[in-house]
Amino acid sequence: MAEVTKGTGVQKSIVAKKKKKYSTNSNLHGWLFASPWIIGLVVFFAFPLVASIYFSFTTYSILQPGEFVGLKNYQELFKDDLFWKSIYNTIYFTVLFVPLSIIFGVALAMMLNMKIKGMAIYRTIFFLPTLVPHVALAVLWMWLLNPGFGLVNGMLDMIGIQGPNWLGSEIWSKPSLILMSLWGIGQSVIIYLAGLGDIPEELYEAAEVDGANWWQKTRNVTLPLLTPVIFFNLVMGAIGAFQQFTLPYTMTQGQGTPANSLTFYVMHLYDNAFKFFQMGYASAMAWILFVIVMALTAVIFVTSNRWVHYQGK
Amino acid sequence: MDAKTKLKLKKTLSHICLIIASFFFIIPFIWMVSTSLKPITQVFSYPPEWMPKPFQWSNYLDAMEYIPFFTYLNNTVVITLLSTLGVVLTCPLVAYSFAKLEWKGRNVIFFITIAVMMIPGQVTMIPLFLIFNKIGWVGTSLPLIVPAFFGVPFYIFLLRQFFLGLPDMLRDAAKIDGASEFRIYWQIMLPLAKPAVLAVGLFQFMGSWTDFIGPLLYLTDETQYTLSLGLQQFQTQMGTEWGLMMAVSTMMTLPIILLFFFLQKTFIQGITFSGIK
Repeated sequence: MAEVTKGTGVQKSIVAKKKKKYSTNSNLHGWLFASPWIIGLVVFFAFPLVASIYFSFTTYSILQPGEFVGLKNYQELFKDDLFWKSIYNTIYFTVLFVPLSIIFGVALAMMLNMKIKGMAIYRTIFFLPTLVPHVALAVLWMWLLNPGFGLVNGMLDMIGIQGPNWLGSEIWSKPSLILMSLWGIGQSVIIYLAGLGDIPEELYEAAEVDGANWWQKTRNVTLPLLTPVIFFNLVMGAIGAFQQFTLPYTMTQGQGTPANSLTFYVMHLYDNAFKFFQMGYASAMAWILFVIVMALTAVIFVTSNRWVHYQGK
Repeated sequence: MDAKTKLKLKKTLSHICLIIASFFFIIPFIWMVSTSLKPITQVFSYPPEWMPKPFQWSNYLDAMEYIPFFTYLNNTVVITLLSTLGVVLTCPLVAYSFAKLEWKGRNVIFFITIAVMMIPGQVTMIPLFLIFNKIGWVGTSLPLIVPAFFGVPFYIFLLRQFFLGLPDMLRDAAKIDGASEFRIYWQIMLPLAKPAVLAVGLFQFMGSWTDFIGPLLYLTDETQYTLSLGLQQFQTQMGTEWGLMMAVSTMMTLPIILLFFFLQKTFIQGITFSGIK
């Protein structure tokens, strides 16, 4: 992820001067090659972004043209109990899920990186859950976790534990969702695997010559060199966790039950936008989400200097 | 203990660890397949039973009649293939221009691209919906296909990292031979980037194949539904048709499992982060 800038400041400025005059030809090609994305950027990102800011200050709904109301949507939001509840639920989920997914993800990737027979099969098995359609995943887990006839409590029963009312109880509903989501970490495992593949073999050989054991190699070679990838997954994981939608939405058929313990931020936003057609209000919600995600990403970026190591630095 | 026995022991231990871990990951999947073959009376039996008694193969046929399966399958395939095509055509081209071509404004636009990755989809969701509504695309699959032809920042970023790792010499040599910029890209660079393009294609394929919120937003007419949306129809006020729903889910999952199994090596190689390789 890091581009190692080569050379000193003086050299850089010389290079900059040299590059200052791009030939018209290379300019043309560059823009031409990038043009689909530049159009996409304007049409699908920049324009909607600006529109969304504007909408957030209006009472816009599809049914009627909006009226400019200034900060009213934002003020209303702060009085909305469900808004706060959905923020609480979302943060609860993110704070627990993201670190757990990193710990399990890295551990799994290291296991799947061993050179033994049948690895293709193991890797496919760990990737399986990400391939199951989310709607089916949601229904499947609702059922596995059913307190009456579900498999999980059935198994706990066998070892003499009375399982909880998982998705039916306010206390256990979010941990249940975290459990279900952990089952789908295959995608990040793939990215860790790619990162592990990037670690030069010589480093392990050198460590072995020095007499390092398995743990020392993990601690001093694997983990530090994997930090850029962990960082990437942390950022993506946090952004993703804040946008939790499909699983709780299908599981609760859009209700967020029990007692709104599974009403996540984006579900509340979706309801306001597409159920109640309060597009202005929902746009304000989207912008608050944007600010939260940005702040979170900024915090991760700022603290990353302390623990992310790039090769060559 | 000599080195050979030690190695053998280590490998056996690794297998045991992997098998135990796999067990947890595969259970729900096996349960899905097993349920897809159970008669409805057995679905709720307690304690849970793994083996369908008898194997109710008719669930698969019934499921295909309960929802217009082939219509939904056809819609899903069309959306998935076209959006994957869009991504595979556009993203490498854009990524290449970020990695290998020099042009004014490149760095600024690349920076904006990275920033755009941080924007939650929900921020742009409403205005986009309104735009698509205005031009009459709501109720068609166009909003699920067309944007893919204009690039996806995450994929562009991944591919750029890959192109950065390819030596410039290849380009220079081809240039001396008089190849045009597009020809260099199409005949030299793109074939070399095949694993990365494949990775991106597979990501898009999977994402599109199981996408739920996109079709939920844009597809209004039942004849346009995708399988993901169709699955919801097995949940009714009267209860859920477990066996049938799991049959469709199994049918939806199998093709991608096969795809992943055979392509995974290239797939994993295609994702590079360091830009060194």
